Amino acid sequence: MTSVQTHHGDHAHHPAGVMRWVTTTNHKDIGTLYLWFSFAMFIVGGIMALVIRAELFQPGMQIVQPEFFNQMTTLHGLIMVFGAIMPAFVGFANWQIPMMIGAADMAFPRMNNWSFWLLPAAAVLLVSSMFVPGGAAGTGWTLYAPLTVQMGPGMDLTIFAVHILGMSSILGSINIITTVLNLRAPGMSLMRMPMFCWTWLITAYLLIAVMPVLAGAVTMTLTDRHFGTSFFSAAGGGDPVLYQHIFWFFGHPEVYIIAIPAFGVISQVIPAFARKPLFGYGSMVYATASIAILSFIVWAHHMYTVGMPITGQLYFMYATMLIAVPTGVKVFNWVATMWRGSLSFETPMLFALGFLFLFTLGGFSGLILSLTAVDVQVHDTYYVVAHFHYVMVAGALFAAFAGVYFWLPKWTGRMYDERLGKAHFWLTLVFFNMTFFVQHFLGLAGMPRRIPDYALQFTEFNQISSIGAFGFGLSQLLFLYVVLKTIRSGDRAAQRPWEGADSLEWTHLPTPAPYHSFETPPLVK
Amino acid sequence: MNRSAIADANRQTLRRLLAVSALMFGFGFALVPFYDKICEVSGARNVFKPDQAPPANTQVDQSRRVTVEFDANTQRLAWSFRPLEAHVAIHPGALTEVVYEIRNTLDRPVTGQAVPSYGPPDALQYFRKLECFCFRQQTLAAGEVRRMPVVFVIDPKLPKEINTITLSYTFFEVAGSKDTSG
Repeated sequence: MTSVQTHHGDHAHHPAGVMRWVTTTNHKDIGTLYLWFSFAMFIVGGIMALVIRAELFQPGMQIVQPEFFNQMTTLHGLIMVFGAIMPAFVGFANWQIPMMIGAADMAFPRMNNWSFWLLPAAAVLLVSSMFVPGGAAGTGWTLYAPLTVQMGPGMDLTIFAVHILGMSSILGSINIITTVLNLRAPGMSLMRMPMFCWTWLITAYLLIAVMPVLAGAVTMTLTDRHFGTSFFSAAGGGDPVLYQHIFWFFGHPEVYIIAIPAFGVISQVIPAFARKPLFGYGSMVYATASIAILSFIVWAHHMYTVGMPITGQLYFMYATMLIAVPTGVKVFNWVATMWRGSLSFETPMLFALGFLFLFTLGGFSGLILSLTAVDVQVHDTYYVVAHFHYVMVAGALFAAFAGVYFWLPKWTGRMYDERLGKAHFWLTLVFFNMTFFVQHFLGLAGMPRRIPDYALQFTEFNQISSIGAFGFGLSQLLFLYVVLKTIRSGDRAAQRPWEGADSLEWTHLPTPAPYHSFETPPLVK
Repeated sequence: MNRSAIADANRQTLRRLLAVSALMFGFGFALVPFYDKICEVSGARNVFKPDQAPPANTQVDQSRRVTVEFDANTQRLAWSFRPLEAHVAIHPGALTEVVYEIRNTLDRPVTGQAVPSYGPPDALQYFRKLECFCFRQQTLAAGEVRRMPVVFVIDPKLPKEINTITLSYTFFEVAGSKDTSG
């Protein structure tokens, strides 16, 4: 992307080389940094997933020690959630929100630079925790007490990494909210914003509401470890279950922090390729807001088995099932958008359809897990692993791929190779299902998660899953190749490569988008 | 709006959102006393409070009592052998422990074994001994005194017409063990 932008950088005055990226305050540069960072973290977290799947290829201990296996599951989760998926969507927000609402840049460009450059520091802390005595935290990404109170110094590095990641997210969210609220072009009322901007506005509010709570939870862990407090240490009168409540008060909205921007991308892609406006725009906004509000009052469905009064279990069960209603509204609106549309199936649309099918499947297994009586049976089994990979990978990651293919022509001025893009989609789709569909069966049969060994009868499904995982991982190298090929030698993109896309970046800006756009706000009619 | 007005508006939004973040950080800590209160009110975590009443043992039949009499005999063995209590009145289903005492009055070590019998014989299948000295041989040194427990439960299914059970033990010297000293 560098070469393209310097080539086209009409009135771009910025330092060259590395300093351009270190000192940049341009929303497009920072968006690019976020996206590349998240791809790098996606590869790192993916390699960790492959270590896990390699060990699970056969029963018994083959490749790694159980302690290291635990560190891999922990780091894989933390890196994918905080390092790959979240920064990817912040990258989209940085690139797209100012262009979509007709703003020149984000509201606080210097703070924007700061919120990005906190991320590599956090990533270094997380990865380097593997090399301290005792290794990285082996607690699972949820960092449950009392294990966290007992871990070695790697735990402290993880805690500081979470603090820094939280700070980065909060600063980024404040920036996004301020941009959306204060910098919209004249005539761009809130209810005329593209859906993607709405989803990010809601997500940003979720982030500033719950990231500080997570920061509080890990701070309590830190003071329990080193400063003699007993928030979670039962020996001093604390309660480990309290940690779970605080964590999931953050953790459940976090799920929607990941999913809602993905909904936003899909809400841009499907109308563009159905050549129809988004069906039920208003209901989409209200459904998204309802999901966000409900996400604050359902957290304990992650912990049915820790011991809860039956009334509590019933409350959390019914509240959780209620979320299926606004989510259903969204899914049906997407389907209705396609109804009688002039559909075409370029790569972004394929990924959006893949999202629609597989995310809904993940939603259904979520509905099953919301039932207390069922959840008690499959809690902490591979059924749960299958469920959340359907919503995280086939949900968020597929939406991110759809977004990259959709906006890559606008960002680089060049078209990706459609044939390779489609190959990437089909390989990803097939290997994804190969990896995770069988995990439903493993979970129902009782295979526990986060355990490096398993009983013999689980072998075949695990082998299918492991082969699928390696195929999935290798397919992503094809994605990297497609993106690099687009940047280096892609065909020139047309001014409006997708004639169905009608937000401001397509209708009011040249392709590729200039380094500075909308210095005078457009008038939106 | 001109540029400085926008910058002012942005700064104000920034301050408000920072305040929300700080508030939510505090909220995380406020969950700690809130959680304690909820647990106290709902009784979900009452480790600091004793239970109001010990849980009732539904396996004990409180509606009737059975008298168990203890008998002790020796057969061609110069031991003195007696229960510390001659009889107890208990509820069926209640775990009961009684103690027998034996004294070896001889000047040599002797090994013996007790054999139980029940009266009425029908009571046998309802009488569950969990621990008994009769399960193994007992070797007593010259002049040794030993107190030994019997722990038993009477099955609540004991027929209504049986109100008294006699448990009788007879100690025999174990043949061929005269030379063994322990």
